[in-house]
Amino acid sequence: MNIPDDLLYTESHEWIKREGDKIRVGITDHAQSELTDVVYVELPKMDRQANAKEAIAVIESVKAASDIYAPVQGTIVDVNKALEADPGLINREPYGQGWIFVLKIDNADDLKQLKDAEGYKKQIA
Amino acid sequence: MNDCLGSLRNTRPSLVSLVIEDSPRKTPLYDEHVWLGAKMVPFAGWLMPVQYTSIVDEHQAVRNALGIFDISHMGQFIVDGAGAREWLNTMLTNNTNKLDISMGQYSFLLNERGGIIDDLIVYRIGDQKFLLVVNAARTEEDFAWLQNHVPAVEPAVSTAKEIRLTDRSAKFGGVAIQGPRTAELFHALFGIDADLPSRNSIADLPFDGTTVSVARTGYTGEDGIEIFFRATDAVELWSSALEKGKPFGIKPCGLGARDTLRLEMCYPLNGSDLSPKRNPIGAGLGFFVDLTKRNFIGRDALLKTKENGAPEKLVAFRMKEKGPPPRPHYAVFQNGERIGEATSGTLSPSLNYGIGMAYIDAAHVKIGAQIDIEIRGKKFPAIIEKKPLYKK
Repeated sequence: MNIPDDLLYTESHEWIKREGDKIRVGITDHAQSELTDVVYVELPKMDRQANAKEAIAVIESVKAASDIYAPVQGTIVDVNKALEADPGLINREPYGQGWIFVLKIDNADDLKQLKDAEGYKKQIA
Repeated sequence: MNDCLGSLRNTRPSLVSLVIEDSPRKTPLYDEHVWLGAKMVPFAGWLMPVQYTSIVDEHQAVRNALGIFDISHMGQFIVDGAGAREWLNTMLTNNTNKLDISMGQYSFLLNERGGIIDDLIVYRIGDQKFLLVVNAARTEEDFAWLQNHVPAVEPAVSTAKEIRLTDRSAKFGGVAIQGPRTAELFHALFGIDADLPSRNSIADLPFDGTTVSVARTGYTGEDGIEIFFRATDAVELWSSALEKGKPFGIKPCGLGARDTLRLEMCYPLNGSDLSPKRNPIGAGLGFFVDLTKRNFIGRDALLKTKENGAPEKLVAFRMKEKGPPPRPHYAVFQNGERIGEATSGTLSPSLNYGIGMAYIDAAHVKIGAQIDIEIRGKKFPAIIEKKPLYKK
């Protein structure tokens, strides 16, 4: 299972990539593999505020719908429109073209709550 | 079928580990599934493969080539004895008198109120010998129900009315081989001269020094066979089918594809579309109920439903636009009025649209009518369609 060292992680299986005062968010390779074929993604609304651990997007596989959570508090500043036409990107490139949204974070210290690769590895072991 | 995953958030930390509280059973093919890399999930008290590679790929393999499913979790009962046929006719809705030897039929086991305990296939495998194949989740309940209804033996009646009921589930397994290339694999497995059983019939055939039962039945809408065998023969048969099926593009298929395939055909799933609160008339399956039989459990209740009409009916629907797929328990509306609830739903891999089945108020049942499915507080348009939703 691919768990890149340079990313942060949540217990709810999102990955987080820091980009200055913003974070890019997707779901982990492990999560996409458990979900199976992703067939629909409901993206968060642009410019919306989100609290930490608030459900702001939905990923639907053939089998089930799953909520995606904001890892920390902030504002949605970008969403991956490509997923509307090709939700399978999440299965094929979970850490690349399958990203879901970009969040401008309110407080950089919040990121300290997140897991590093080692911590996430332990969680799913 | 139960969802194998909750929301990502609700997934317990050790999501991968299969340490389950009530230790589900393993079929004789469990090691094969694990070896093939299947994702195993608890289902109806069993650890079953939900998929090996991808639900969509496995679904397409069955529609276009061949798929093989482990159905060893399903229950298998034998009913025999001089009184077997007559007694089964009092327990089941379809008419066992219409079954020639070697033929099978779809039927229901009902409670006194006409509610569905289980749906099953009954095969007549001898003059007074029957094989019942029932749902995994209901095996114990079905068997107890049947056993409680075997009439007490009166010494004076001799053996003329004898009924023997046996649950052979633990000692037997099964696979379903489904897809347009079924006949080719059948001959590769059983020999070029072997006779492929005709639709809905069953035959015993020699296989590798043993005997297996091959039925021309299935749950996918494609041509297919179901093979029932002793548990000790399971691995040999499974491996042979995968090996000899290679030239025909066979894929091992899990419960995920089994569900999308059956839903495209509008085959009901007990526990979702059928339940003790529903009867076969409301489910639109009256064809498998013979009300001309004088006596079977649930008959009086069904006659009443037939007379008054079922208040709710099970309909098939297709989403009008691309969007989120429907799911069980989503509310169904028409012109703003709530008219029912979905019992099954998925994205159809063949049609590439969301599809489902729902119980709705009988007054609103009209093919072609528009309904709305409520998904996370928003209404999405759908059309009531004729069954099946998928046609070749």
